[in-house]
Amino acid sequence: MYGPLTSKPGTSKNNKTGSWRIATRPKYLQKNCIGCKMCLLVCPEGCISGNEKNTFICDYSYCKGCGICAMICPKKDIVMVKEESTEKDK
Amino acid sequence: MSNHFLSPGHTACAGCGQSLAARLVIDASGPNTIVVNNTGCLEVFSTKYPETAWEVPWIHSLFENAAAVASGVESALRYLGKKDGINVIAQGGDGSTADIGLQALSGMLERGHDILYVCYDNEAYMNTGVQRSGLTPFNTNTSTSPVTNSSSGNIRPKKPMPEIANAHGIAYVATASAGFAQDIQRKVKKAMSIKGPKYMQIHVPCPLGWRYGPELTFEVAKLAVDTGLYPLIEYENGKLTGVRQIQPKPVEEYLKAQGRFKHLLNNPEEIKKIQAIADANIEKYNLRVVKPEGN
Ligand SMILES: Cc1ncc(C[n+]2csc(CCOP(=O)(O)OP(=O)(O)O)c2C)c(N)n1
Ligand code: SF4
Ligand code: SF4
Ligand SMILES: [Mg+2]
Repeated sequence: MYGPLTSKPGTSKNNKTGSWRIATRPKYLQKNCIGCKMCLLVCPEGCISGNEKNTFICDYSYCKGCGICAMICPKKDIVMVKEESTEKDK
Repeated sequence: MSNHFLSPGHTACAGCGQSLAARLVIDASGPNTIVVNNTGCLEVFSTKYPETAWEVPWIHSLFENAAAVASGVESALRYLGKKDGINVIAQGGDGSTADIGLQALSGMLERGHDILYVCYDNEAYMNTGVQRSGLTPFNTNTSTSPVTNSSSGNIRPKKPMPEIANAHGIAYVATASAGFAQDIQRKVKKAMSIKGPKYMQIHVPCPLGWRYGPELTFEVAKLAVDTGLYPLIEYENGKLTGVRQIQPKPVEEYLKAQGRFKHLLNNPEEIKKIQAIADANIEKYNLRVVKPEGN
């Protein structure tokens, strides 16, 4: 094939990388969150959303379960829990 | 999901420091940005054809020529009278920047193009299987600098890329780290407020090539800074204007977190050599906090 190959912006969203998670997934307790936004800032997938304190959540259809959000949360309000193989991705 | 200019669904390894930093960079630069990318993990994981994670115009041509292609993009914009308000970023990994693409980068810096060049420094050629580059640190175990009975890994120190960029007499040179997310975004915004060529080098841990658990990306990056092994500095018009000061931790704390340095842990002689590199950085850039907090 000749010439440039182009793609439509943001089409990677078709690729549901949530299926990559093997052992654990983050759980957002939404109890002691102070709204510092550190999780949102550092998630390598950019799949966390939220604004006010106790509103942060990730999109499990993309979350790869790396655990960085749980490590960085200063209030330990995100914990890694066992991946339930029966639980469907949201 | 909140809006980012690098979308989810990209295929970087879980916990990849480069994917984290690249999103911070493009989010800080904003929608009016044209990105030119060298070949490497970032290019591969963000553009699995026919998909792309980019929400801004983005071009890939070769391993070594993002700086040259970006120079063309910037020149065309200037010719059309459209450069104002449009940021141009050229970016690539450490191999593409410090080795094969150094000539193109030097040309871009020397010709004075209004471009921010970003080097994502994961300290080896990761996309092809962890071969050493000019930015691989001393004593690192890589597939082309293996540990043997007579060798403790890479025999050369890191190439001083920030100094090489600075020697071109450009307006802004900065180092940054995936362990300091807000600092990355502040530096990108500052770079974009300055006309002319800018060089930024971001330390981006790679769980695969450095061999640590993906949840530790942030911690590993911070330790590199906190030991003095990866100084965070800013040069403006040749002068050192910004330094993140530290209360230096021993280099072992950084080394022991990673499989690529595992062979050093029972080898105090070799660790001493790495401590000497950190000490030289601390001295050179005056990294030590003068008055520790709480004194
Ligand atoms: C001229 C040329 N030589 C070699 C390659 C193969 N190649 C593709 S990516 C890569 C390594 C990239 O390393 P780096 O720039 O550090 O980026 P990283 O993958 O580590 O992010 C190599 C050697 C190529 N694409 N083109
Ligand atoms: S586990 Fe990793 S990918 Fe999942 S939400 Fe947390 S930081 Fe993002
Ligand atoms: S090999 Fe390293 S740099 Fe490449 S995608 Fe994986 S973690 Fe990122
Ligand atoms: Mg690399």
